[in-house]
Amino acid sequence: MPAALELQNVTKQYPGAGGAPAVADLSLRVEPGETCVLVGPSGSGKTTAMRMVNRMVDMTSGDILIDGRSVMRSDPAELRRHIGYVIQNVGLFPHRTALQNIGTVPQLLGWPRERIVARARELADLVGLDPALADRYPGQMSGGQRQRVGVARALAADPPLMLMDEPFGALDPITRDHLQGEFERLKERVSTTIVFVTHDIDEAIRLGDRIAILREGGGLAQYATPGELLLHPADAFVEEFVGADRALKRLALMQVSDCELEPVGAVPAGSAAMRDDTSLRDALAALLSDPDGRLPIVDAEGRPIGVLALETVHAKLRVEAGAPSPG
Amino acid sequence: MMLAQSGVEIRDRSDASCVADNGFCPRWIADNLDRYADPLLQHVYLTLVSVAIGFAVAAALALLAHRRRWLVGPIVNVTGILYTIPSVAAFFLLLPLTGRGNTTAIVALVAYTLLILFRNMIDGLDGVPEESRDAGRGMGLTRRQLLWRVEVPLALPAIMTGLRVAMTTTVGLAALAFFAGAGGLGAEINADLAFKSNVVVASALCLLLAAALDGAILLAQRALTPWSRAA
Ligand SMILES: Nc1ncnc2c1ncn2[C@@H]1O[C@H](COP(=O)(O)OP(=O)(O)OP(=O)(O)O)[C@@H](O)[C@H]1O
Ligand SMILES: [Mg+2]
Repeated sequence: MPAALELQNVTKQYPGAGGAPAVADLSLRVEPGETCVLVGPSGSGKTTAMRMVNRMVDMTSGDILIDGRSVMRSDPAELRRHIGYVIQNVGLFPHRTALQNIGTVPQLLGWPRERIVARARELADLVGLDPALADRYPGQMSGGQRQRVGVARALAADPPLMLMDEPFGALDPITRDHLQGEFERLKERVSTTIVFVTHDIDEAIRLGDRIAILREGGGLAQYATPGELLLHPADAFVEEFVGADRALKRLALMQVSDCELEPVGAVPAGSAAMRDDTSLRDALAALLSDPDGRLPIVDAEGRPIGVLALETVHAKLRVEAGAPSPG
Repeated sequence: MMLAQSGVEIRDRSDASCVADNGFCPRWIADNLDRYADPLLQHVYLTLVSVAIGFAVAAALALLAHRRRWLVGPIVNVTGILYTIPSVAAFFLLLPLTGRGNTTAIVALVAYTLLILFRNMIDGLDGVPEESRDAGRGMGLTRRQLLWRVEVPLALPAIMTGLRVAMTTTVGLAALAFFAGAGGLGAEINADLAFKSNVVVASALCLLLAAALDGAILLAQRALTPWSRAA
């Protein structure tokens, strides 16, 4: 069962940090099964905020509740066994193989051997780890492979809550994109509440159900769904952080099927058809390079269902912006 | 084993051969090899017992100092002083306390291993990557579990390196144990320093012993830390 997470006025002041808190009066609620992405510039307190949840960092004031129960009431080691954790830089144990790393928490929980091995294999498969790598040591794996093992290790005991600190950081853009795609699929297959840290706003928009933007000094600048964030940035800081290409990012969140299509028929010859589950951003790119600015659209079975026009996409953006903010 | 001290000659000088000429005599060596069996065993015994005790003491000190960092300095200083006392002097210093025999030899040899073993243990524990420690805590390992399941295994290569150095040094120093009346191969060498065959055989056994023990530890290390070659 995924857990509900609630941070209540959480503040962290590191000793000797000259008065400035790393996290200041942070309050936010993550609904069961949701993915909440903490995003912000380096040093904005993302890691600190996340580590207070599993008590790797002790909060100075405030409280954190998991399913209504304060984390301060649990023994830290016991608490951590029930919260999946992917640390920044992965942190696999160099002396344990991929499978042994994945089985760490089940082993601590005293599962029988066969069940640990079976579970580890299942997870290796779930995160798309090549079975040939099962008995390799971290030193024998690539960065991307290690990241997968790190994610599998955090998922091993089926935790109701999972903390992921830049799990795809330090990877090349292609591998990162690939792993993000797998993460989206993974989210559908595991039911767990996820807190995900990144400093990449595009990653946040792609993977988050809700995004918390932190500003320098650990204050919450805005907490909203990706769509709302792009449409109504709370202030100049958020606006700048989200980037000048907000409109394009919004298009990336919508599909061709979200638009009203023109009737099938007047399709210029020679235009390649596009599927209706294409993102509007990609559709726009194709429309811009089309001489007439019109593209035939087909459904998943390849049946023509209409025509998308450049003006339609433009109108869609304006309608969205004018409409009241979506839920 | 007490042959040397009791002044019994190990060769028959009446035989007017290579043996009487202080030479290197393969025939004599072949015929007399079994006389070195007991001294060799005694040498092995002194070495293994001393290193085992030294390892246990150093490990206890390292575990103490791992949690209480301020202890590292004083322990290194004290074991450092023990390390610099010439072993022969140590044997003589101990004689009034522990008398002639194994005890004196072992106490001195143990004292000598402590610095090497302790420093390698501490270095090994210090060398554990911070992110492994962090991951361990983050997964919910208790301090004790973190020590035995993460820190000690990751420190093993350094610990085993220290063990190898301590072992080979002790084999060498045990050759002086006869000063404490504890026999060993050194007693044989000393019994007839002028007879080349004797010196060569006894010294060669010392070297072989050192090499064999070193190899054994190396094999054990390979088996215990398969990951360290992988990285
Ligand atoms: N253990 C610590 N002791 C003192 N100050 C710390 C400690 N850990 C972090 N800080 C400080 O707290 C602030 C927030 O750090 P934190 O690691 O939470 O940032 P972050 O948002 O995760 O950054 P990044 O994107 O670089 O990982 C920084 O100014 C940092 O220097
Ligand atoms: Mg961080």
